Amino acid sequence: MPLLEIKNLVKAYARPGNAGVHRVVDVAGFTLAAGAQQALRGESGTGKTTFLNLIAGILAPDSGSILLGGRDLASLGEAGRDRLRAETIGYIFQTFNLLQGHTVLENVELGMAFGRGVDQARAIALLRRVGLGEKLGHYPRQLSTGQQQRVAVARALANQPQLVLADEPTGNLDRRNAREALHLIREVCAETGAALLLVSHDERVLAAFEHMQDFAAMNRALTEAAQ
Amino acid sequence: MIWNLIYRSMRQHLLATLVTAASIALASGLLLTVWVVKTQSAAVFAATNSGFDAVLGARGSKLQLVLNAVFHLEASPGNITAADYEMIRHQREVKTAIPIAVGDNFQGWRIVGTVEQLFTEVEYLPGRHYAVGAGGRFFQIGKLEAVVGSYAARKLGWKVGTTFRPYHGLAYDPNGEQHEEVYTVVGVLEPTNTPVDRVVWIPLEGVQTMKGHNPLAATDLSAVLIQLRAPEAGMMLNLRLNGQGGKLTLAYPIGTIVAELFNKIAWFDQVLTLVAWLVAVVASGSVLVSIYNSMSARARDIAILRALGARRRTVFGAVVGEAAAIGVIGSLAGFAVFAGLAVFVASVIQAQTGVVLQPLQWNAVFWWGPAVFTGLCVIGGLVPAFKAYRLSVAETIAPVS
Repeated sequence: MPLLEIKNLVKAYARPGNAGVHRVVDVAGFTLAAGAQQALRGESGTGKTTFLNLIAGILAPDSGSILLGGRDLASLGEAGRDRLRAETIGYIFQTFNLLQGHTVLENVELGMAFGRGVDQARAIALLRRVGLGEKLGHYPRQLSTGQQQRVAVARALANQPQLVLADEPTGNLDRRNAREALHLIREVCAETGAALLLVSHDERVLAAFEHMQDFAAMNRALTEAAQ
Repeated sequence: MIWNLIYRSMRQHLLATLVTAASIALASGLLLTVWVVKTQSAAVFAATNSGFDAVLGARGSKLQLVLNAVFHLEASPGNITAADYEMIRHQREVKTAIPIAVGDNFQGWRIVGTVEQLFTEVEYLPGRHYAVGAGGRFFQIGKLEAVVGSYAARKLGWKVGTTFRPYHGLAYDPNGEQHEEVYTVVGVLEPTNTPVDRVVWIPLEGVQTMKGHNPLAATDLSAVLIQLRAPEAGMMLNLRLNGQGGKLTLAYPIGTIVAELFNKIAWFDQVLTLVAWLVAVVASGSVLVSIYNSMSARARDIAILRALGARRRTVFGAVVGEAAAIGVIGSLAGFAVFAGLAVFVASVIQAQTGVVLQPLQWNAVFWWGPAVFTGLCVIGGLVPAFKAYRLSVAETIAPVS
């Protein structure tokens, strides 16, 4: 049984002024095996962030199912989705989304705070693993962008997730940092056994993956609109 | 975890937190001071009777009589005769009658003539007699000697052996008449925490016969302080003396008469209390404004927390908890403000009346005051907390693509 199995997933938004609805995501099927690493190609506006937010349980689908580890997110209430996200999903954002008032260590601890609880030793070990063992007490503003993304990687893995979602994780990095960040994300996920679902429009990033799909082709909301 | 979020948010918004907590501290300190001074002064003034049950004086206001004879404030409503004193002294209900005469001062400190029995026979509090400090003694009748209350002695810098010449009148006038007689301080009273501490005591006939005073009134008295054999006996005495419409007034019971004073100035208390509550409401409003104004900046942080798995109720609780924490910190700091304000107010009251308040003594407002302030802050925190609760994570955290 795959770790993630999506069937007939639809998310739409109401257009302003009662002008009907606008389908953003309409995916007939998608699967991801446990521990697998999969990339999705997608330009801006293709609904890929909405797709990841649906998988993360941040958004609720209008219809369809999202089975994660055998549990259907679509059938869970918001609190249930929050708990599932806290315990089984790590999320890496393009803009890192670190809390500026928290230190590097505190940011990583937040990644486990709402799930199994804070394990400071694990947080420190993760930060050492991403090369920031000397920066525990630093604040994000004191780090380079590459270092900030490494903190975000450590935070995403802090709760020992089964699935890591990465939304344009190298979009804000220069070429060298992007390459290093991607390598780090893939390596750490492989070490921890977490599956990785990464979306990007950067062909250099996508080329690094053995398994890659075109999200625009998957998303019927786009293909039908184009016809 | 929620405590960590509250702590870190307060640390991140340290300046706003401190300013808001300071406004709560000022409001809390003001409320505590008003409340403590109000409740304690009413109780302490009503209980201040220097050991007497009643005061006999000239026909007039009972309150003025009590203020003049017991609190050594206000002018005397008039004089009574030596015969009146003899009459009251021989009433069967009267245990002790101490005559006093006023009319002079030293630089504003009231000089009161009385008899030695005031110091030797009267307990100003149950079981507490007046005592003079080391090296001192009570004055002797017929001599130009004085015993000084502890507060007056401290303020005047007097000690045993100090000499002074009284000024005529109750109010000090530097250009006014100063009597020829030179009095010598023979004793300084131990503190009693009563109005007696503010008085310069001399023998009764000293005031009566001082040069410059009306020789025709040489035996007149300002009032007679009365101890009854039984407190309830005052009712009969009250009926006999006040019911006949004569030239005398019996002020009895002293505590009730003082309580009437507080009833008369209750509006002032109410205004002060209202002001304190208004300040409290404004201060709690400042919590709302402070947190609400920073919500735009916090929105992204809250969205990140939600994306990491924090539930709506967690972020709601964190915002309300932060408001409550500001309330608690402000209320605790309010005790420092209160201590400063209350000690100042108490010192003014002591200087003006001799009555000593103990503002730091336990008062119920010490628990319900901070509790109410914290509650108001929590209410102030509800509006931004609902905003945090309703925040759309997907729209806040990243542009949709």
